[in-house]
Amino acid sequence: MNELILVLAAALGTYSWRFLGVVLSGRIRTDSEFFQWISCVTYAMVAGLVLRIVILPVGLLAQIPLFARLVCIGVALVVMVWPYRPFRGLVPAILVGAVLMVGAGLHFVAPA
Amino acid sequence: MSTPHPSPEPTVPASDVQAQQAFRRGARAALAAPAAVLFAGMMGFGALSQSVGMSFLGSIAASALIYALPGQIVMAEMMAVGTTGLLVSLAAALTAARFLPMTLTVMPQIPSHHRSGVAFFMAHLLAMTSWAIAVREFPRLAPDDRRPYFLGFGLVCWGVCIPGTALGYLLAGHVPGPLTLALVFLNPLFFLLNFTEVRPLGFRLAILFGAVLGPLTYLLTPGYSLLLSGLLGGSLAYGLHRYIRNQQAERP
Repeated sequence: MNELILVLAAALGTYSWRFLGVVLSGRIRTDSEFFQWISCVTYAMVAGLVLRIVILPVGLLAQIPLFARLVCIGVALVVMVWPYRPFRGLVPAILVGAVLMVGAGLHFVAPA
Repeated sequence: MSTPHPSPEPTVPASDVQAQQAFRRGARAALAAPAAVLFAGMMGFGALSQSVGMSFLGSIAASALIYALPGQIVMAEMMAVGTTGLLVSLAAALTAARFLPMTLTVMPQIPSHHRSGVAFFMAHLLAMTSWAIAVREFPRLAPDDRRPYFLGFGLVCWGVCIPGTALGYLLAGHVPGPLTLALVFLNPLFFLLNFTEVRPLGFRLAILFGAVLGPLTYLLTPGYSLLLSGLLGGSLAYGLHRYIRNQQAERP
């Protein structure tokens, strides 16, 4: 019971931003300078978060050395933009990155 | 909707068929990489919530109702140490500010006659994943296709969070370390790969500046890193792009 109240409280806190976004978005035109700016801000924010997770991770990923994380990312990026089919695109790139990370985990993380 | 040529036979309107097609296209697009990424993230949350003593149903309710991983993690961790609803609400709100700009960049691209009440539900389906796909795909879609596409995409992603959380909860402690590592890694990897698909120069600059500022600001002030890298990096990119646009416009 108490747990459900806390879940609902967190849901409310999260939804408040979504709600505000919907209310405010009614006045924004996609061809406006404000839309260009807020889009740039959002891209920069997401990029900042993602690079922070890769370069300065907390938790599990921190057990893998930086160069190994960068190799996993680098190889996946090459697969993503690789010009020859069929080994290109999002799904192959994600698979390659994930498999490399399993390998890095086997190599760098001592088995429990 | 008024058509210039009134047709005699009352069949299913063409716009409905088109909307169904867009819905299915969105759902299909979600079923590839994005659903897998969300599934992995939700598995991680399921395992965490089990380890801090949440109930199975509470864990699933958190995923479905909050639907934002950082907020869910904060809630689970606060629950473990004991807290009040008000504090949890505030803490979750602090981690969720990103939804404001994300909503502001997605909603205006959907025609206003498609936005009335549903927009408040669509906003709940917004996650970093569905935001990334929406801003990538919307410019290529007819405006009237955007709402059904987003709904198809968003509902699949949202639907995936329940089995993902359940599986993570039930498997907690039984998944080998390297595999868990790969699951954690899927999320940042997905977004990095998606950045290569962003074409407009201003947005590319924003990604570049944000990527540099994210880790730097985190070293200086972890709590404000997101806000700073977004506002600083984004404004810098916007200004530079505007300068370049004006230079090009002045030259005949």
